[in-house]
Amino acid sequence: MFLAIRELKFARGRFGLMGAVVSLIAILMVMLSGLSSGLVNDGVSGLKSLPVTAFAFDEGTKTDNAFSRSVIDAEQVDAWKSQPGVNHAEPVGAGMTNATTDDGTQIDLSLFGITPDSFLTPAVSEGEQLSGLAGIVVSETAKSDGLELGTIITLDRLDTELKVVGFTEGQATFGHVDMAYLNLDTWRLIASGAAQPGTPTQTQVDALDFDVASVVALQAEDGEEIDMLAGDLAAGTTTVDLKESFNSSPGYEAETLTLSMIQMFLYGICALVVGAFFTVWTIQRQHELAVLRAVGASGRYLLRDSLTQAAILLFSFTALGVMAGVGLGSAMPDGMPFALELEPILTSSIITIVLGLVGAAVAVLRITRIDPNTALGGQR
Amino acid sequence: MATEHSTEPALSLRSVTVELGDGDSKVRPLDDVNFEVARGEFVGVVGPSGAGKSSLLAVAGALLQADSGNVEVLGQDLSKIGPSQGRLAKFRLRNIGFVFQSGNLIPALNSADQLRLVNKLSGGPASFDPLPLLDAVGMAHKAKNLPGQLSGGERQRVGIARAFVTSPGLLLVDEPTSALDRARSQQIVALLAEQSHERGVATIMVTHDHDVIGHCDRVVEMVDGRLSAYETSEAMGAH
Repeated sequence: MFLAIRELKFARGRFGLMGAVVSLIAILMVMLSGLSSGLVNDGVSGLKSLPVTAFAFDEGTKTDNAFSRSVIDAEQVDAWKSQPGVNHAEPVGAGMTNATTDDGTQIDLSLFGITPDSFLTPAVSEGEQLSGLAGIVVSETAKSDGLELGTIITLDRLDTELKVVGFTEGQATFGHVDMAYLNLDTWRLIASGAAQPGTPTQTQVDALDFDVASVVALQAEDGEEIDMLAGDLAAGTTTVDLKESFNSSPGYEAETLTLSMIQMFLYGICALVVGAFFTVWTIQRQHELAVLRAVGASGRYLLRDSLTQAAILLFSFTALGVMAGVGLGSAMPDGMPFALELEPILTSSIITIVLGLVGAAVAVLRITRIDPNTALGGQR
Repeated sequence: MATEHSTEPALSLRSVTVELGDGDSKVRPLDDVNFEVARGEFVGVVGPSGAGKSSLLAVAGALLQADSGNVEVLGQDLSKIGPSQGRLAKFRLRNIGFVFQSGNLIPALNSADQLRLVNKLSGGPASFDPLPLLDAVGMAHKAKNLPGQLSGGERQRVGIARAFVTSPGLLLVDEPTSALDRARSQQIVALLAEQSHERGVATIMVTHDHDVIGHCDRVVEMVDGRLSAYETSEAMGAH
């Protein structure tokens, strides 16, 4: 530390420039992390908030858009209900729709048909819980489209009218579209095409012979694990856990992979840039280091000293960059899918620092190859 | 100038040969060298460029291993320490002081810190005070100056103080006056001689500067890797 700190002060211009690069990388990393979290939330926040352990899709359903593609029947739901370790197994109907509010605003909604009072009932921040056939509980973020409690929404083509009775706690979106929880019976009317213009009625429901849904939502008993293989065999389904089910959200995998790839490149760039800087820095100090080695400094001491410099540089300037990134992130416009979350920012900061240190370590290893004999004038 | 020297030499080279390079480019900077320096003795080594003076310092300073022959520093056979670089470094740190060309100070450290660093490296006491040593070389008033704020002579004085931090038994001095004018050269070498005698340190000074060898107790000349002549400093000065 003795030499490291003094050299940092002495060469503050050079270290400052390098630190600025590290800070810029950290800012970019926070922005990417925020964008990534924002897109994830926009894509699957509705799923993330569900108290679900796993989803069972109809056997063989293609993963992409599997929620709207899969069709399961009551027998499959019953088969899952009888599986050991399963606390709840409820059918869920999923699908996208276009609609118009009573003031003429065109909106998109991701319909999630659930059984009222089931374990899937969302917590509401405003209004009341799901009840009746016409009521819907909509994502809180839909308020930005002008939705209010009591707003009547008319579904395109069917002219079925639904009424906003509540808003979820926080964002609940699926495939970048606000979710609308509705009675599974109403969803069945809509999905079957049997829905009539106006408010859905019990008569329409009673007349409907359509007991299918999209997926089975499963919740494990406390401390138990669901035997997915056995359940799938019994129910003729393909089950994935909640996190894996995110890949079935439209565009989710493509978006996250793209952003992950950019982040990987960023980590690589950080390691290379820091490594290049410490390579040049070590070469510049080669004669000083030879003098120190001649005097008797061990290679280990000089290595530790250089790595301490790298660690101080990376920690301090990454922290500065993260703070600047968080400041910039909080100024992002509402329409941008951006979410600052501690865990991904912390994880990517640690990866940046660790990979930066790896780059620096590779660079300063040349210290061990410096010949102390070159400190003597005639050997230079 | 002459001081009483103990009978056991601080440095002893017996039939030392060093070869560098391969094939046609092979050179022999030290060729069957026999050389002894007593404790408290200040010896000058002169000779033309490429004669092997730096190699002599490198071998004596445990920076370069002899291909044959025997090197003993303060009674320790160096071949029994090496080839572990770590052990050799530790030995240098505790027993050998170096004064390099132009001081070769660390640019980021002020004069006092130059000495503190060596004290830290050698595991010296935390209470180490560099000022008495700096004072001995007339540099206490510039303890907080960085090397860039010192003249060539001042840098060399700090370098001398740094070399004495660990109280070495052997001091190796490499062209200490190469960047200094005549007056400062005299001052620096006089200071080296004074400090070496005062501290009873065996000192070998490699130099091109024949004007300063009058301060030496003894001068040897190196030509083509061999110590070709032994003359007293007075005799050399008379040439």
